[in-house]
Amino acid sequence: MDVRNLSAVECRALLASREVSAQELVRLYIDRIEAVDGDVRAFLAVDAEGALRRAAAVDATDPADRRPWEGVPIALKDVLCVEGWETTCGSRILAGYRPPYDATAVAKLREAGVILLGRLNMDEFAMGSSTENSGYHATRNPWDLDRVPGGSSGGSAACVAAAEAPWTLGTDTGGSIRQPASLCGVVGFKPTYGAVSRYGLVAFASSLDQIGPLTGCVTDAAALLEIIAGHDPRDSTSTGLPEPIRLPTATDLVGKRFGVVTEYMGDACEPGVRQVFDQAVAAVTALGGRCEEVSLPSVEKGIAAYYIIAPAEASSNLARFDGVRYGHRTVHSDNLLEMYTRTRSEGFGAEVKRRIMIGTYVLSSGYYEAYYGQAQKTRTLIVRDFERAFARVDYLISPTSPTVAFKVGERTDDPLAMYLSDLCTIPVNLAGLPGISLPAGFSEGLPVGVQIVGPHFSEQGLIDVAYALEQRLDIKARPVLGEVRP
Amino acid sequence: MSEAPTTPPPAAGGSPGGWEPVIGLEIHVQLSTRTKMFCGCATSFGEDPNTQVCPVCLGHPGTLPVVNERAVEYATRIALALDCTVGGRTIFHRKNYFYPDLPKGYQISQFDLPLGVGGHLDVELDNGDLLRVGITRVHMEEDAGKLVHSGGVTGRIHGADYSLVDFNRGGTPLVEIVSEPDIRSPEQARSFLTQLKSLLEHLDVSDVNMEEGSLRCDANVSLRPPGGEFGTKTELKNVNSFRFVQRGLEAEIDRQVRVLESGDRVTQATVHFDPTTGGISVLRSKEEAHDYRYFPEPDLTPIELDAEYVERVRAGLPEFPAARKERLMHAYALTPYDAGVLSANRLLGDYFERVAAIVGDAKVSAHWVTGDFAAYLNSAGLEVEESAVGPEALAELLGLVAGGTLSGKMAKEVFAEMIEGGRTAGLIVEERGLGQISDTATLEAVVAAVVAANPSQAEEFRQGRDKVFGFFVGQVMKETKGQANPQLVNELLRTYLAR
Repeated sequence: MDVRNLSAVECRALLASREVSAQELVRLYIDRIEAVDGDVRAFLAVDAEGALRRAAAVDATDPADRRPWEGVPIALKDVLCVEGWETTCGSRILAGYRPPYDATAVAKLREAGVILLGRLNMDEFAMGSSTENSGYHATRNPWDLDRVPGGSSGGSAACVAAAEAPWTLGTDTGGSIRQPASLCGVVGFKPTYGAVSRYGLVAFASSLDQIGPLTGCVTDAAALLEIIAGHDPRDSTSTGLPEPIRLPTATDLVGKRFGVVTEYMGDACEPGVRQVFDQAVAAVTALGGRCEEVSLPSVEKGIAAYYIIAPAEASSNLARFDGVRYGHRTVHSDNLLEMYTRTRSEGFGAEVKRRIMIGTYVLSSGYYEAYYGQAQKTRTLIVRDFERAFARVDYLISPTSPTVAFKVGERTDDPLAMYLSDLCTIPVNLAGLPGISLPAGFSEGLPVGVQIVGPHFSEQGLIDVAYALEQRLDIKARPVLGEVRP
Repeated sequence: MSEAPTTPPPAAGGSPGGWEPVIGLEIHVQLSTRTKMFCGCATSFGEDPNTQVCPVCLGHPGTLPVVNERAVEYATRIALALDCTVGGRTIFHRKNYFYPDLPKGYQISQFDLPLGVGGHLDVELDNGDLLRVGITRVHMEEDAGKLVHSGGVTGRIHGADYSLVDFNRGGTPLVEIVSEPDIRSPEQARSFLTQLKSLLEHLDVSDVNMEEGSLRCDANVSLRPPGGEFGTKTELKNVNSFRFVQRGLEAEIDRQVRVLESGDRVTQATVHFDPTTGGISVLRSKEEAHDYRYFPEPDLTPIELDAEYVERVRAGLPEFPAARKERLMHAYALTPYDAGVLSANRLLGDYFERVAAIVGDAKVSAHWVTGDFAAYLNSAGLEVEESAVGPEALAELLGLVAGGTLSGKMAKEVFAEMIEGGRTAGLIVEERGLGQISDTATLEAVVAAVVAANPSQAEEFRQGRDKVFGFFVGQVMKETKGQANPQLVNELLRTYLAR
């Protein structure tokens, strides 16, 4: 059996028909990880023993008593708390930290019977667009190992692209699911803010963070979202979804109106990306959808507003990493201030420090109104832009990332160029909207994704539309790894 | 609360050296909810360190706060009782600073949209005048943990060998009450606190125990020429009794007067009062104060207190001390003093009303409750609800007095046994044979015998020496072991001696 073309839904069917046992399935993925992860480096840790033990327990269970997803493996971004595992957020400051509880999304996976394979690399505290900011190692793009997988959920995207797990969870604060999905040629879905509980997701920017699926196909994204979504009494900002998510079956887009966001089509967008995007728009039209240009005048200020709001919240959220109760503490200090400064200087990487300093600055008295206050007003303008757009069209369509995967090291010295990777995705988080990225084609042999964004709680519609487009585009290519390399 | 006229603040105790103190208070009230402000941990006091904790109140990564609805209700009660404007949208903010007792690196508090604003408390001063003290704001927040510093000489973090943190208190719901700078003397500050404490007791929202830290007070104080511009204030921190608030303010005012009269200027600072030496130490200059970087707490949604909710809470408010005092004076014809004592402590007031309802004599009931009963609680250091003598038991005792079974003096002795616990007045009287002799035939026999046995004294009495009468009363009491009904003895003696 070849795991490279196996979806989670297919895994479930194979287990149900007993064509494969849970242990065989888990073993297949562990073998795959052993074969390719030396190159890809998507994982921070693989819990082979725990996964095989769980699989043995599944196989010992009467099939009639099994839960729906019993035995299907998954891997998780290292930002979700798993009781008993180390959870580091890709940071040295949390090295050795083992949370005493499961994140709500993780608990829901366990209830569904899913088997946890291991934890995936990420930019430290989800701050970055290339997974080069990990405190442990960089992850490589399975399509070209000299290139980045995107970020911050680069481990989650690369893991799926390399078929090291059928599906994974990531988190998205400004594009951290959709951008790496685009760069790795997989499906990435960022749900409406509040659809999935944030309890147990180590916070980067609380008003923007959402957990979501990274998968090989739209159907798997729908299935995984259905498992993890729901109101959680432990998260006051969680709402859940109005209806359970159905697996998609749509074959056309007749009657659907799509807005092409003019602001995203400027110079920042590579010609190769533009070409693939135009083909995707043509496919939408061919399926019966109507496309028209839509303007979101305020989104150009989105990056600026985001790089005030997100660091502001982060500077506060990351204050708890002080060496007092858990995680790294400096070996020697003469007083409290020294303990704090040394612990944090040693534990955090450069990008995290940069954002803590920006965030501290924009919240400080005398600057608050000029920065944080203005950014919040801009956020409101962006929300209104989207509301106006959704009065005219059902969905917005754009490239997910203005470029294909860039070379490792290419942007590490230029934070602003790195920040531009999220041009098209950031406004979606600022407005709390759902957005999905799906593979649309290739430029220079590298994947290009399109992003479809809908109004709040339009998850089902987005899944149906993305599915119809996915079937039409019918992209079969998979990255070549291990097997042809010497 | 009833409207009260604003009286011009009297300069109680006189203005020190011609300066007028300007005082504002910040009071932290620990709410007596069963669970913490943002998690389900218990709030009980005095447990082993770090046993009342969970990932949320320890600030573990990924955890989120959930607002305790009961705490919001209690805070609303306080805000309404202080006549604050309550209702509409109220939100939480993060107050950011680093300290080892603050697990998240920020305290969830309130900032520009607090629960209640613009209230007041009418304070009865020692001279009987009313002082209206404005309440700037009433807001909700969470408490920090507790640090224990080991080694070193100061007991503070500087110089300690190591420090330990107990997070049991961390996350306990607090309400902060901030007063306007309307207070003009340390005595007024103490009156304000005493009456605020009584009000909080009536609201049943806090243990209001300063020693256990469920009520904490900081005071801002500055001096100015009477009626002039405000001077620079200092903050007197962490004073753990009302008496020390008064004494600390007095000491700090003294210090400021000396600074000003030496031609210096008072600098903004936090000051600390040492009750053992009576001295003030200036802790740190406020100029290096933290920038708390307040911003709206993104993990919590705004709370909308609609009119219906506010009215429901308002309808559930108990009678307040001032109103109760009025009612006790009118309904029971009590003196202002008795009514004041009985309304200052909600449970003592309830106790009195229960006793009075059974006995039917409010005056006697008030006399006993504010007298022997209150003295007993004081000396035993007990709260009303901890007393060994319930209102029904005291009423039974007073019934025995009213019915003539016990004299007032004997009732005090019986009461002294009742507080040992377990036995009712009736039982004690029976066991000790204490019943007062009010039977005329029995007493007649004694009186006759006493008169017959002392013919010369009887003769003296008949000659007009009234003083001898006392001798006969004494003899009768001696014969009856003090149990004779004194009134009856008087009557019988006069009859027999006249013969």
